[in-house]
Amino acid sequence: MKIELKNLCKSFNKKTNAIDRMNLTVEDGEFVALLGPSGCGKSTTMLMIAGIYKPDSGEIRFDGQLVNDWEPKDRNIGMVFQSYALYPHMTVLENIAFPLKQQKVPKKERMERAKQAAEMVRLGHVLDRKPDELSGGQQQRVALARAIVKKPKVLLLDEPMSNLDARLKIEMREELSRLHKELGITTILVTHDQEEAMMLADRIAVMKDGKIIQYGTPMDLYHRPSDFFVAQFIGTPPMNVFRGKLIGNHLHFLNQSAELNNEQWNTAQGELDVYVGIRPHEVKLGKGGDIRAKGIVQMIEPVGHAQIIRVNIGDEQLRLFAEPTAAIEYESEITVSFHLSSLHLFDVRTGKSLRKEIMKESQTEEMVG
Amino acid sequence: MEQWVRPEAAVTASLTRRPVSKWKKRLPFFIAYGVLGITTMPIILMYIWLLLSSFAKQMKYGFIPVSFTLENWKFLWTNVEHGGTTLPSIWTATWNSFLFSITLTMLEVLIGVMAGYALSRIEFPGRQMLMKTTLILHAFPSVALLIAVYYILNFLGLFDTLFGVLLVKTALQIPMTAWIVKGFFDNVPWDVEWAGLIDGCSRLKVWLTIVLPMIKPGIAAVSIFSFLSGWSEFLLLYMFIVSDDNITLASYLQKLISDPNLVDYGLLSAVSLFYMLPVILFFIFTQKSLMEVSAGGGKGV
Repeated sequence: MKIELKNLCKSFNKKTNAIDRMNLTVEDGEFVALLGPSGCGKSTTMLMIAGIYKPDSGEIRFDGQLVNDWEPKDRNIGMVFQSYALYPHMTVLENIAFPLKQQKVPKKERMERAKQAAEMVRLGHVLDRKPDELSGGQQQRVALARAIVKKPKVLLLDEPMSNLDARLKIEMREELSRLHKELGITTILVTHDQEEAMMLADRIAVMKDGKIIQYGTPMDLYHRPSDFFVAQFIGTPPMNVFRGKLIGNHLHFLNQSAELNNEQWNTAQGELDVYVGIRPHEVKLGKGGDIRAKGIVQMIEPVGHAQIIRVNIGDEQLRLFAEPTAAIEYESEITVSFHLSSLHLFDVRTGKSLRKEIMKESQTEEMVG
Repeated sequence: MEQWVRPEAAVTASLTRRPVSKWKKRLPFFIAYGVLGITTMPIILMYIWLLLSSFAKQMKYGFIPVSFTLENWKFLWTNVEHGGTTLPSIWTATWNSFLFSITLTMLEVLIGVMAGYALSRIEFPGRQMLMKTTLILHAFPSVALLIAVYYILNFLGLFDTLFGVLLVKTALQIPMTAWIVKGFFDNVPWDVEWAGLIDGCSRLKVWLTIVLPMIKPGIAAVSIFSFLSGWSEFLLLYMFIVSDDNITLASYLQKLISDPNLVDYGLLSAVSLFYMLPVILFFIFTQKSLMEVSAGGGKGV
């Protein structure tokens, strides 16, 4: 089912908008993640789609149909809560069968379908237990089975993995990914974990202060962030950022200057303060790139397939990946370099990217929307 | 090797020291229970006295029973004569007491659970004010309200009826009940309620099938307390009920001690024990629910 949010507003205290004129389209069968720091309104958005909160203004459309005033029970959605929200007085099987019971599915069919859903999340062996006798991961699966058992048109996942340990998280991610492929349900995932969003979602909407900053595929967000906030939020380790100045098409940073290509970059009228960003994996040891800098090694973190090296260049810090075999010593001076084309430039005042193709893209999107 | 032997030596040493340390460890408990035992002794002795005197013809020096008898318990099968008047049947009083307590419990739980949910979950104007003032209502002693209540009951034609007193008692109990129940509802996360809505229930159905079962321990506790308070209610029943047909056990007991010159202590203790019996049984059967409440204020998941 296609979900459209148009100019959606929601406010809790009448002064500030928790959700501010939000527009979002989720295509049928798509897996979309709402990503943002806590308090950015992503859960509120989800609860409005679920019908728990009523929007103050704007439209929510399911397959083109206005559903603003529909009760949650009429929307045919399944939802997994952060706390799982299992019914503690029912067994696992009863929990999973509960949505079907509300639809008045005959008992025999109900139990069969519940068992099927339980099999799907590999819970077949704990059906008779009560939720408080299960581990966190199992509770999570029960919640998931309960959400998918009635074959909903939309699956909403509200930070479903934030209470799981690292290994279980990876397992559950795979499970979710597999389920989405098998069932093809339109899915919306709310998360503050950018890695989770990147791995699972077809498209990610990065949110901040009740607004969507950028909406695109994970690769888009990673390689062409349209906003400084997105650039900082996405990627581990995070993007390296330096302060710089743009004068005409001359970029000054790290005590050097470079000439920018007018076709690729929006240049400044006069002087402009900019953030210069570079992904750690774009920085190389040695003098191979257009821009070179010398720095002192501050920290070496081996991560198996590589080492993450932190270098101080003057007052600025820079992280880069080095080959695991590279012999690097603490406090030693090394030369690093990167290509001008892999830089990201953002206006300090507005946070917007200065790269031209992105400007174009977001402009066309606005025109279409 | 030397290093590996040492811990073992330490263990054997501690084993030999054990009896001494055991007594030392227990000493605080002995002192605590000793002090508690001595201070509660009068109460315990009083209960024993009650039991003995109900089965004795006479008490020597007031506390040594002389010869066994069932005479004091004959109120169970006959209407006892006391101080020149015949007392009503004990079974009428018992039935009335039961009726009163059980109806009180049902009314209180029904209204209290609904009011508690509203206070806990529903935003309505004056909610804060209501929460503050309900407790004040409970703080009123019944005595202070007697005259006003008399006028109201008389006006409504409910004087000398169990139902009238029941309404008064319920009204006085509701605030506290609603408060206790509100606490239990507060512990039910919104998520669970929302999950119910999404799974296809209406709000009322969520309340009935999901939220209420989750606060079962709370409902149990409130029921127990209201039953006990109904069973032990005396003042309101004594003031507003005059006819023997509507007498309850507490008033029956009062009749036995109304004239200090004519108190039959044997009969009094027997009736007192009879009055206590349901409470004791009730406690034995509901202890588990009560303990659960004090342990965690409801079971979380």
